[in-house]
Amino acid sequence: MVTIVRDEAPAVYLDHAASTPLRPEAQAAWLEASARLHANPTGSHRAARAARRALDDARDDVAAVLDRPSSEVVFTSGGSEADNMAIRGVLGARGGTAVCSAGEHHAVLEPVERAGGVTVGLEADGTVSPDRLADVLRAEASVSVVSIMTVNNETGVINDIPALVEVTRACAPDAVFHTDAVQAMSWLDLRTHVASADLVSITGHKLGGPVGVGALLMRDGVVLDPLISGGGQERGRRAGTPDVAGAVAFASAITATDAERPEARRRLGALRDRLVAGLRSQLGGRLMATVLDGGAPVAAGIAHVIVRGVEAEALLFLLDAAGLQASAASSCSSGAQDPSHVLAAMGIDRMVAQGSLRLSLGHTSTEADVDAALAIIPPAVERLTACGGG
Amino acid sequence: MTARPRRPVLVMMSGGVDSSVAAALLLDAGHDVVGVTMKLWGGPSDTGCCAVSDVDDARRVADRLGIEHHVFNFGDDFERNVVAPYVDDHAAGRTPNPCIECNRHLKFDRLVRRADALGFEQIATGHHARVVETAHGPRLARGVDDAKDQSYVLHVIEESVLRRLLLPVGTMTKNEVRAIAADLDLRTATKPESQDVCFITNQHGRKAFLGDRIPLRSAVVQTSDGDDVGRVEAVELVTIGQRKGLGLAGGTDPRYVIDVDAGRGGQPVVTVGERADLAVGHTPLESWRWVGRVLDDRELSFQCSAHGSPAPGRVIDGRVEWAVPHRKIALGQSIVAYDAQGCVVGGGIAGRLPL
Repeated sequence: MVTIVRDEAPAVYLDHAASTPLRPEAQAAWLEASARLHANPTGSHRAARAARRALDDARDDVAAVLDRPSSEVVFTSGGSEADNMAIRGVLGARGGTAVCSAGEHHAVLEPVERAGGVTVGLEADGTVSPDRLADVLRAEASVSVVSIMTVNNETGVINDIPALVEVTRACAPDAVFHTDAVQAMSWLDLRTHVASADLVSITGHKLGGPVGVGALLMRDGVVLDPLISGGGQERGRRAGTPDVAGAVAFASAITATDAERPEARRRLGALRDRLVAGLRSQLGGRLMATVLDGGAPVAAGIAHVIVRGVEAEALLFLLDAAGLQASAASSCSSGAQDPSHVLAAMGIDRMVAQGSLRLSLGHTSTEADVDAALAIIPPAVERLTACGGG
Repeated sequence: MTARPRRPVLVMMSGGVDSSVAAALLLDAGHDVVGVTMKLWGGPSDTGCCAVSDVDDARRVADRLGIEHHVFNFGDDFERNVVAPYVDDHAAGRTPNPCIECNRHLKFDRLVRRADALGFEQIATGHHARVVETAHGPRLARGVDDAKDQSYVLHVIEESVLRRLLLPVGTMTKNEVRAIAADLDLRTATKPESQDVCFITNQHGRKAFLGDRIPLRSAVVQTSDGDDVGRVEAVELVTIGQRKGLGLAGGTDPRYVIDVDAGRGGQPVVTVGERADLAVGHTPLESWRWVGRVLDDRELSFQCSAHGSPAPGRVIDGRVEWAVPHRKIALGQSIVAYDAQGCVVGGGIAGRLPL
């Protein structure tokens, strides 16, 4: 019989890759800025200048974390807008063909596919192979934009962006290289990892900033058709009254994330490893550590596993009922679980992929969360296995 | 919280008024209710089922009632057990009822297995039908509202499922259901009913749907004497009793399709005749399943379409012998037998009655 944990019960949150709680410093920054900086920063009075200064300070902070000039930071409503802006912006300005990996977030994949672009399959270890990308780029004439994510949002696999940029330069010298680094900021130093990329998408709510604010880093000289045109804000690259408080809070969160990264990687990586080891010892052969045994580097806080013979949808229901919040693949708009296109691109059988479970850790995760997960998941798996998988 | 443990009920919420009220009634009766909407069809839909807007309605009703709501994606099961057979049936010149197959394979099988796995002893839907206890076990009976009775499309529910099935609106008229919904201020109170096959859009229709999946074959339209009188573009879309769209010249008495021979491999033929030619003394059964006990040769009442009028007859030697001549039934249509109390006692599929 199900025991349903009601809303007031404490929950174990292991879905940080979907959205991580707001950091206290980001919340304080937002509240302060939203109360004090009410003016439109494009105005010419003192209040406007105050807002403008806060916006520019926030831009400097974000730029510093990526070691880019401030002029390259275009604030957006988040990662999806930044991704769309990159793909559609290049195609709009220059035409040509878009190329991306088959494991991209839908915010890249859909604009590429809609424009008749080309996708590059993933390797069995979840990475994008520079050689395979090179083959595609050599076969395609007039590639104008290449988009490969830094860290995969489902598996946590880290791509070798410097090598992928290098083959792009060699095989499609005119192409703009974009990377969706939305999942990467907490785990990688983007000053080095994506230094050679022309366009970089980042977002606030994956690192403790508010939802609804992100940025596209745009190398000077890259020309994009704006998605939103109007009042010329963000140097004509993204119109609309700037969200000053959002930008300030985003800057606060990204600065904190950057400062804490070495310690967070160590601490959360150890928690993740203990979680996976614990699941392995309890579930034995039923647990497949999707990419963690494959040799590819994986973001420290993400544990993607496949529980054989179990349907993720049923497993998530039981976990939720027991107070554990996690996810499987990407959710479709109705809230149903859709089969993972990422695992399909890695060549994992659709039936096997139904047992996907993504446990993702973040800045609020604790040892107690791992203990709770290890107490909750195995019995739920047992139950479903006894019932034919769910 | 020291309340007595309550048995949780999983209620299927389609986003319509009936299942909204079913959930509300169960909650009111003290059950621990969890709502679920099945996502079955991933393609375009404008016929009021499986659409995101229906999931929204179900979720918002659940929010209003203060119950949990989940969405289960059974798209692969639906494609395999409902859509693919629907297409194959049309290719074979049959007239399938996909809603019945959805009930058989999805609502009252796949979801029941999911309910088992999640620990729900009881399941509920907003269908207009009732589960009644008889001396021979639980039986599905007609809903109180004759005009809305859905027992025909539910006849496939196994006895083991009937034992744990709650149908709270089966004892009500549709007007009563709507009144309760209005009283509770549920957003689905005045929502129109879904009528059509959820995966066939009104905009593009059955022909476009089938045409995307199978080659549609043209057929000659003949009289039973073998005279060619017309032509149809797609034999897959023709059904027994059809009058229109046969390419017939005007000025004669109305003619009806009395036989469809999909002629696997060969030339398909549609035969037309007069209305009287549609009247038959018996209908062969391709498959038949009695509920619990065999009632061969008993006078029963038979319904042959979702809102058809029941007709008396008996099952004898694998066919229904009609008490009075009955309109010919298309190959593939379901026939459901009821006893005098309005309980489903058997059901099956009409076979082809050769000319």
